[in-house]
Amino acid sequence: MSSIIPATSLTAQTIAEKVQSGEWTALETLENYLTQIAKSDAEIHAFNTVLEDEARAAARAIDERVALGEDVGPLAGVPVAVKDNLCTKGMRTTASSKILENWKPPYDATVVKRLADAGATLIGKTNMDEFAMGSSTENSAFGPTRNPHDLTCVPGGSSGGSAAAVAAGFSPVAIGSDTGGSIRQPASLCGVVGVKPTYGGVSRYGLLAFASSLDQVGPFANTVRDAAIVHEVIGGYDPKDSTSISEPFPSFLDAIEDGVEGLKIGIISELMGDIDGISSEVIQKTREAATLLSKNGALVEEVSIPASLYCLSAYYLIAPAEASSNLSRYDGVRYGLRVDGETLAEMNINTRTAGFGDEVKRRIMLGTYALSAGYFDAYYGKALKVRRLLAQNFDEVYSKYDALLSPTSPCTAFKLGEKTSDPMTMYVNDVCTIPSNLVGHPAISVPFGSGSDGMPIGVQILAPPMQEALMYRVASTLESAEK
Amino acid sequence: MTNADLKDGWELIVGLEVHVELGTATKLFCGCINQFGDEPNTNICPVCLGLPGSLPVVNEKAVISAMQLGRALNCSVNRSVFARKNYFYPDMPKDYQISQYDQPTNTDGYLDLPSGVRIGIERAHIEEDTGKTVHIGSTGRISGSDYSLVDYNRAGVPLIEVVSHPEIRTINQAKEYVEELRGILLTLGVSDAKMEEGSIRVDANVSVRTTNEDGLRTRCEIKNVNSLRSLGRAIEYEANRQIDLYENGESPSQETRHWDESAGRTRSGRSKEDAEDYRYFQEPDLVPLNPNSEIIHMIDQGLPTFPSERRTQLAALADMDIAEIALIVERSHDDFASETIRAGATPQMAIKHLTNNLSDGLGKLTPEAFTSLLQMEETAELTSTQAKKVLGELVQKGGNPQEVAAQFGLEAIGTDQLETLIDQLIANHPDEWERFCGGEKKVQGFFVGEIMKSTSGQADGKAINQILNARTAE
Repeated sequence: MSSIIPATSLTAQTIAEKVQSGEWTALETLENYLTQIAKSDAEIHAFNTVLEDEARAAARAIDERVALGEDVGPLAGVPVAVKDNLCTKGMRTTASSKILENWKPPYDATVVKRLADAGATLIGKTNMDEFAMGSSTENSAFGPTRNPHDLTCVPGGSSGGSAAAVAAGFSPVAIGSDTGGSIRQPASLCGVVGVKPTYGGVSRYGLLAFASSLDQVGPFANTVRDAAIVHEVIGGYDPKDSTSISEPFPSFLDAIEDGVEGLKIGIISELMGDIDGISSEVIQKTREAATLLSKNGALVEEVSIPASLYCLSAYYLIAPAEASSNLSRYDGVRYGLRVDGETLAEMNINTRTAGFGDEVKRRIMLGTYALSAGYFDAYYGKALKVRRLLAQNFDEVYSKYDALLSPTSPCTAFKLGEKTSDPMTMYVNDVCTIPSNLVGHPAISVPFGSGSDGMPIGVQILAPPMQEALMYRVASTLESAEK
Repeated sequence: MTNADLKDGWELIVGLEVHVELGTATKLFCGCINQFGDEPNTNICPVCLGLPGSLPVVNEKAVISAMQLGRALNCSVNRSVFARKNYFYPDMPKDYQISQYDQPTNTDGYLDLPSGVRIGIERAHIEEDTGKTVHIGSTGRISGSDYSLVDYNRAGVPLIEVVSHPEIRTINQAKEYVEELRGILLTLGVSDAKMEEGSIRVDANVSVRTTNEDGLRTRCEIKNVNSLRSLGRAIEYEANRQIDLYENGESPSQETRHWDESAGRTRSGRSKEDAEDYRYFQEPDLVPLNPNSEIIHMIDQGLPTFPSERRTQLAALADMDIAEIALIVERSHDDFASETIRAGATPQMAIKHLTNNLSDGLGKLTPEAFTSLLQMEETAELTSTQAKKVLGELVQKGGNPQEVAAQFGLEAIGTDQLETLIDQLIANHPDEWERFCGGEKKVQGFFVGEIMKSTSGQADGKAINQILNARTAE
């Protein structure tokens, strides 16, 4: 099994401290990562675009500011890899789609701007499933990303490039987007930390929309603390996103080492048993995590979220429905690919036929159907009911418990091509992660050992909305016990 | 036209959908300038261009304007949500329009027409405008054009769509409805309400039925109506087209039809069969609008007095014709009229001048000057012709009527002097006088004309007639 995993990895926290103090320069730090990318990314293909020149210019500017004695920010000189569905001004932003192959946005996503303002250097744009539709990063128009732990395996998806970049030591931290598990599942498969924040906690302005009511931007990192540091930088109210939460969140870092003594944590029983393709090793690891938490003073019990059984079905109606509308704008008229035709409609059709991959087309058709007159109530309308029911389930459980525990992914990383023939076997990968998206709650995947195949396993901590501080506390406890 | 203009036995049924462009400084979901007539594609940004990743943020001013309009139309203002209306068209940047669907901001209102009819308002919802497509080629239309250009300056401009119930029964009512709505918009100051610039656009849902029927028959939606006159013509054409079909044993099909102004007819557009399925669903990028009672109260407190109420107020001052009152209110001369009447002017005389002689505005005319002018006319110090001349001068230059009259050397010829002149005229023209006495009315003009000639037009025509009639009775 050939793998590309660095012996040690630096934390963003360490880099920022050393760069700010002048002990290291941002430029030499960056060069180390660029060297690693140059050495190994041809095999992994974590990046669609490596922004060498731009990152070097940014690093030099940071070093100049440090020399002037300025406080550069919490991510001083920290390279960050950003998923290729976040707008970067003047720099290719493709969503791994042919339809946007050469599109350069005239503006920065809020998250990108906040990273730069915090002193981070944008090292590159990472590969992904086209328009974030997929769980293996095999649906990229530019070829798949490989799992750094085993190059014959997928990194998960859709933010597979970002997960692989952190795991392979191409970048200490990365940014992804999570609509149904697209940060947590690849984090789990690549053995890194991945966070889906509370809906509205991180601005979506500049994120190429897949399913607007579910999409949320979040961090990847090697440690829970690094994830929290990046999350604090990118999070917070943004007037450009109407769904952004204006109330301040409790600090993610202040209580991160407070432990779990006295906390009540539920294990979601529906996600621990009868699920297609769930591995007994994954269930076993999740139980070990539960034991560990109770050893650390938490009360851990099985709880029921009955509606979680219907989440997958509801999700694969709601997400494609919104996607069918969100992706209409790629019509060849204003930007991106245009394939001409005799008439306007023919040009639209030719462009979309050539520009979108199979999975994107499949979901556009599913979503269009679900919203159509005569089918709306039976499909989209019913899915919204499941969503409301699920929210009630969670409310009830959270009236008694502080946080919840479940597997992140039903299995470890699978082989490239193993699940591409049947969309349903691919969709099942999201079964444990989808509930948090449907209700807009935060969740984190933390590495917790590995399976008999030697591939990483992650466990998931779920928390009530805006309770990320609590989520990070639990995750941090698991992480320190694991190390 | 009234129903009398439709074939006997048929009744007209019209519902109007009026799109109103709000005159907010910026667009509905971004900070771009909302301005008509600028260089194409200069007032645009990632949001109104619908660039990937951009998100809408609702313009509070536009929402307040919409709610003000709702209250002015006697609607209830509700918790409302935005919805996406999905269809492909190049001038719509996102290929969906952000509108409202099953939960609009304003519902269940009404509009009182000057003629006394009340038309129900189903809803008045908020939506964004599209860009504008210009087809380049000989025809100017999409068919036969060489290529098309799109201007996105208008994309994202706030619109309110006001939808009436199908309660309009005559063409006159349809015109009154649009005029009244314009009056409200102008009074509120939320739109410049110019039909010719497209800042209000009217679609008419037209159907007909026999006068003894209750239900509604198939309707056609008439688009591309650019003036009140076109609206009347389009409705009339369409109603008659439908009646002809029914009378030939056919029936119209539900469809969108376009008014062709030069041909004077409607033409078939989209039919219901190939109508778009808009796949409406709640806009996930925006949060619901949830006005509390305080906001509604604040809006109500700030509302100006609307035309219907102003008409009622003016009508209470004097017994006047409905049309005259409507005209004075439409010209916003009602405050001026009220002040004059309260200062002692005879209402009929004030109204006569306001409706007939002041259509171009009041200029420098003050209520005091107008009142005293009317008094001079009433006491026959000035004839009506002279009063009109003085009025013109007061509008142009201001001043008081006594001075202006003196300056022009105007004073009515006294009755004694007039009688002397008339008696002389009769004596000099005994033949004509005999014919006049014999009832030949046209000779009257001869006598009046002669007197006017000899007094350089300063005699009062009415007084001349009175004296002539008095003489025949002698």
